[in-house]
Amino acid sequence: MDLKDIIKEENLVYKKTPLLTDKPLSYCPGCGHGTAHRITMEVLEEMNIQSETLGVAPVGCSVLAYEFMNIDMVQAAHGRAPAVATGMKRVYPDKFIFTYQGDGDLAAIGTAETIHACNRGENFTIIFINNGIYGMTGGQMAPTTLPGMRTSTSPYGRDVHMMGNPLKITELVAQLPGTYFVTRQAVHNPAAARRAKKAIRTAFEVQKLNKGISFVEIVSNCNSGWKLPPVKANEWMVENMFPYYPLGDIKVDGVMVVKS
Amino acid sequence: MKGNEAIAEASIRAGADAYFGYPITPQSEIIEYLMAERPEERTGMVVLQAESEVASINMVYGAASCGKKVLTTSSSPGMSLMQEGISYMAGAELPCLLVNVVRGGPGLGTIQPSQADYFQSTKGGGHGDYRLYVLAPASVQEMSDFVKDGFEIAFKYRNPVLIQSDGVIGQMMEKVELFDPIPRWTDEEIREKSESWALVGKPAHRERNIITSLDLDPSKQEMHNHHLQEKYRRMEEEDVRYESIDCEDADYVIVAYGSSARISLKAVRLAREKGHKVGLLRPITLYPFPRKPLAALVPHLKGVLSVEMSAGQMVEDVKLAVECKVKVEHYGRYGGMVPSPEDVLHALENKLIGG
Repeated sequence: MDLKDIIKEENLVYKKTPLLTDKPLSYCPGCGHGTAHRITMEVLEEMNIQSETLGVAPVGCSVLAYEFMNIDMVQAAHGRAPAVATGMKRVYPDKFIFTYQGDGDLAAIGTAETIHACNRGENFTIIFINNGIYGMTGGQMAPTTLPGMRTSTSPYGRDVHMMGNPLKITELVAQLPGTYFVTRQAVHNPAAARRAKKAIRTAFEVQKLNKGISFVEIVSNCNSGWKLPPVKANEWMVENMFPYYPLGDIKVDGVMVVKS
Repeated sequence: MKGNEAIAEASIRAGADAYFGYPITPQSEIIEYLMAERPEERTGMVVLQAESEVASINMVYGAASCGKKVLTTSSSPGMSLMQEGISYMAGAELPCLLVNVVRGGPGLGTIQPSQADYFQSTKGGGHGDYRLYVLAPASVQEMSDFVKDGFEIAFKYRNPVLIQSDGVIGQMMEKVELFDPIPRWTDEEIREKSESWALVGKPAHRERNIITSLDLDPSKQEMHNHHLQEKYRRMEEEDVRYESIDCEDADYVIVAYGSSARISLKAVRLAREKGHKVGLLRPITLYPFPRKPLAALVPHLKGVLSVEMSAGQMVEDVKLAVECKVKVEHYGRYGGMVPSPEDVLHALENKLIGG
């Protein structure tokens, strides 16, 4: 069989969304960012809102998100994305606005901007990638680094008595009246990626309601920073990250989800 | 009206789309006036109190990225917090209006007037090679007028513009003639003016717009810096502003801006009464500094006195302008103290005329 016989419309099972550019991703092989980018852009395409959507890239591994996401975007200073998005949404209340941030950006240097944007009930979406480490700068301790976890700035493991405890900022912002939809997802297998995509779709849809922030945490891996091959990194994530950062909806339609 | 109120009213009339700010003395009247005036009903202008100056400058960054007319105001300690965002805006070439009602420092300093932020305002302030276009009002009238002028320059150059005022001009009351309101730009007008760069939503027919100050390729970053420098040279050629009073026959010239210029003008009158030929050169733009107009006076001058409410910052630009061809002295009070016209006259007599 010739290759041309296989590449036919009826055999097509997957097509890259045109909302991702052709630029090769700058992420390490096995990193969850690529999937998170893809499902975000697929949601915009499926909702057909790409011409009405503006994105904010952070500082961190995804600083170059605007190189891969084929929409109008701004790159914010470290941690300031929620303030930048506030300025954008306030002058363009009818557009869809989102930030895409890592844990160092959102939960350390940008904690004040995150909390206050959530508390004001700004009507934009925050997509928060939590891999428990600073990836871009070479594997330093993050606010979300697990107790005992080794990083280049906690080489003997995170000592919570000296370095504090990992911050569950998603649970924290869910407590604020200004958040409307808060969820924690993952993208390490197809089922999880489908659920995460559904959550991102909900996050963009609720922007139309003007009822507050929609906040999607994606617990992800960092095989380079964790010094594990991709498959092992995902296994480590399931075993260690998920118990501390349990997946699932935390707040839906402005109401806290009661865990049975 | 008060100088601070004039800034606030002028911003509504200039067709600003948004104000983001954080209270700090001596300029809190600006956000108070705006909140009381309900500009969202008058023009649709957004006014929001941010959680910090760090947040307010980044809200400005976001709204300015969208091609909107946006401003923030603060005083010295707050401006220091904003420097990161201002550097990003200069790097990303975003237009916006900033107002610094300067108070005494360093640190928390005092709430009394000062001009000690001259270096921060005119030499960049944050990291990297960049400049702000800096206007220095000397009256409540100019507080109002410079808001309108500032937005025009900001969009002409796609660069942040700073109005550097001080606690005297901000707090004092004077008659002011307000300009007629300019309607806010519609979204269609913004697309027409700024779709070549601004974030308005990417239609299928054009490439995406990206607002960033990042380019990891040093050869491209150097080209970008080169482009910025060309822009600053153009400002120096096309948009220097100053006022010259009694300089034609002067033996001595006082260089002073803002409230120091008002005090120095009185000192010039006192000196003339005593028979000294003294003039005043008032820089209206602190950057670009009026180097050429000052240099043109040098051949018939015996001395130049730089008067500032600082320990001597603008005097460095004065010295650069006169290139050692004439004696330059500095006189200043600082830490929130304001000199009297007699103080300035004595300094002129002691440091230059008598010396």
